[in-house]
Parts: sequence; C-alpha cells; structure tokens
Amino acid sequence: MNLNATLFAQFVVFFILAWFTMKFVWPPIMKALDERASKIADGLAAADRAKTDLALAERRATDELRKARESANELRGGAERQGAQILDEARAEANRIIAAARTAAEGEAEVAAQRAREALRDQVALLAVAGAEQILRKEINPAAHAELLNQLKAEL
Amino acid sequence: MATAHAPNASEYVSHHLGHLTNVQQASLVDWSVIHLDTMFYSLALGLLAVFVMARAAKRATSGVPGRFQAAVEIMVEMVADQAKGIVHSAESRKFVAPVALTVFIWIFLMNAMDLLPVDMLPALAGLVGINYMRVVPTADLNAALGMSLAVLVMCLYYNIKIKGFGGWMHELFTAPFGNHFLLYPINFAMQIIEFVAKTVSHGMRLFGNMYAGELIFMLIALMGAAWAGTWGSGLLWVGHIFAGTVWAIFHILIITLQAFIFMMLTLVYIGQAHESH
Repeated sequence: MNLNATLFAQFVVFFILAWFTMKFVWPPIMKALDERASKIADGLAAADRAKTDLALAERRATDELRKARESANELRGGAERQGAQILDEARAEANRIIAAARTAAEGEAEVAAQRAREALRDQVALLAVAGAEQILRKEINPAAHAELLNQLKAEL
Repeated sequence: MATAHAPNASEYVSHHLGHLTNVQQASLVDWSVIHLDTMFYSLALGLLAVFVMARAAKRATSGVPGRFQAAVEIMVEMVADQAKGIVHSAESRKFVAPVALTVFIWIFLMNAMDLLPVDMLPALAGLVGINYMRVVPTADLNAALGMSLAVLVMCLYYNIKIKGFGGWMHELFTAPFGNHFLLYPINFAMQIIEFVAKTVSHGMRLFGNMYAGELIFMLIALMGAAWAGTWGSGLLWVGHIFAGTVWAIFHILIITLQAFIFMMLTLVYIGQAHESH
C-alpha cells in the first residue's frame, strides 16, 4: 500500500503499449474487418443481381422458344401450301399434255384414214376402169368417156 | 523460504504481501523505491499481450478468418463498438480505441495471474534466492494508479485539444453551477474534486478488487497449510479445496469484469473530455 516510482514506470509503460497497439495492431485488424464487410456486401449484391439476371434470361428463353415454335409452324404451313400448289400445277400440266397428245394422235389418225380412203378410192377407180376395160374393151374410148369416168370416181 | 522455521499465519500473509524492491520502503510515499516484481510481471504481460495481438494483426486477412484471428477480431470489434458509442470523434478514436483494447487485454492478463496458485511463482523464485514476490501487478496500488493517472493525462489532453485551452478554462470555472464570478471558486473546486475522484476511484477500484482477491486466496491457502493429521485440520484441508474452487471460479468473473470496467471507464472519462458541460 505504498506509493513509489513504480507508479510512474507503469504510467510510461501504459503509453508505450498503447502506442504499439495503435501503430501495429489496430489498423491491420480494422482494415481486414472493413475489407471483409465490403466483400460480403459485394457478394450479396452480386447474388441479387445474378438472381434478377436469371429471371430475365428465363423469360427471354421462353420468349425465344415460343417465337421459334410459331415460325416453325408458319414455315410448315407455307411448305404444305406450296406443295399442294405444285401438285395441282403438275396435275394440270399432265392433263394438258395428255389432251394435246390425244388431239395430235386423233388428227394423225384422221389424216391417215383420209389418205387410205383416197388411195383406196384411186385403187377402186382403177379397178373399176380395169374391169370396165375388160368388159368394154373396144367400145370405150378413154378420151371420150373421161368425163364419165371422173364422175364415177367422185361418186365412189 | 529462507526462514528455517515454518511461518505462522500472519507471517505467511505479510511475507506474501511484501514486494521485491530495490530498497526497503520506510515511508508511505517514497519515489526512490521501485517494485521490481510488479514491473517485471506487468511488462512481461503487456508485451505478451501486444505481441500476440500484433501476430494476429500481421496475419489478418479479409478472407475466411482462422480461430485465432476470429478471437482477436471479436475483442477488437467489441472495443471498437464501445469506443464508437462513447467517444464521438473519429479522430480521437484512432488513439483512444487502441488504448482501450490494450488496457482491456493487459489488465485481464495481469488480473489472471491471480488464478495461478498463490505459492507457485514465489516458491520457484525462492529457489533462486528471491524471497519476496507479488505476481499480480494490479494488486499493487502503484500499477493501478499509474494506469488511472495515464487516463487522467489523456483526459486533460483531449479537454485542451477539443475545447482549446481557453474553452477548457472557461468550463473549469463556469461549470457545473453557472457563469457568475461568485461561483467561480466553487465551480473550480468542484471540477478539481471531480478529476481527483475519478482518477483515484478508477485506480482504487481495480486495486481493491484484486488486492482483496489475492488476500482471500492466501487465507484459503492457509486452510490447506493447516493440515497436521488431525480431524479438524483435515476438515480445513477439505475446506481449502472447496473454497479455493469456488473462489477461483468466481474470480474468473471478477478479473474479466474488472478489466472491462477499467476499459469502459477509460472510454467514458475520455468521452466526457470531448463533451461540454
């Protein structure tokens, strides 16, 4: 319970230790604490941002999906329409070609029949003349009776 | 023990209350005397405290802290929060908060010396010829008052720094009763009494608690030392174990509480120096 110089020594030690703490202990620890606090705050903000980004991306993805489905449907419809049209055109073309071919064939047959008929008519006329010649050998003068022969040929 | 015969109770206690000094102190106040034991333990514990904290500070990262770093951070944050609530000047806090942290850990360690067996370190010192030793620096009035005096000096410094010398003088003479020339002496006397009372009670509170605690540990140790093979002394021996356990556990609270109170009062007194009456 005596007062002595220990008091002043303790007084000085107090300030030396306090100075040491102020210089070497307090600032690094407070710096670490502040940095960690800001890191955590940044992390939380980033998480929030990521969450809103995710929601946005999901909405955009469904939009794109819907749009793609719509355009695919449209494309298919167009293709079907176009296919039907091509089919129709082809069918019409084919009909047209068939009709033309038939007309040509009919025409050709007509001509051939005509020709055959005329050839036949010539032959028959000649045959008739030849027959008549046989019968009328002397009496008939081809020159005098040419008009008669031609009239006969026309009647055949 | 250098003495040949076993000491009786009062010899044991007064021997334990003797300091290791350079010269024997004769009068109540003698500035040529120094307590070597107090100085040794307070310096050793103070250096231990700051170097352990400096170690934590050096390896402090803003990433995931280890357990040691986390423990130091808990204390630092506790002190920083208290300082922020009491001292409303960020500039002053740069010094005041580290002071509070140092005071808390240093005093806690010095108080914790009380939990070592009362005879252990003195007996070990006795083996190398040191016959007197007090191991609890805060149970030395000089240490406690030395620290409270340091706090007083800080209070005066911040009074002048914040209010200016003239402003502080004005406050010394006009507070708490008012600005009237008849009241000046009364105000001044009140202020001086306030400063002295703050400082003395600040130091005395710590000293008284630790001194009394140490004394009770000695009395408990005496019970165990009374063992002499009889039934009565056997009961005292059991009493030593029981009382020693209870008092040591209670003392864990006291040493922490006293360190905390000293720190808080340091902050409060310095905080008052920042505020005008």
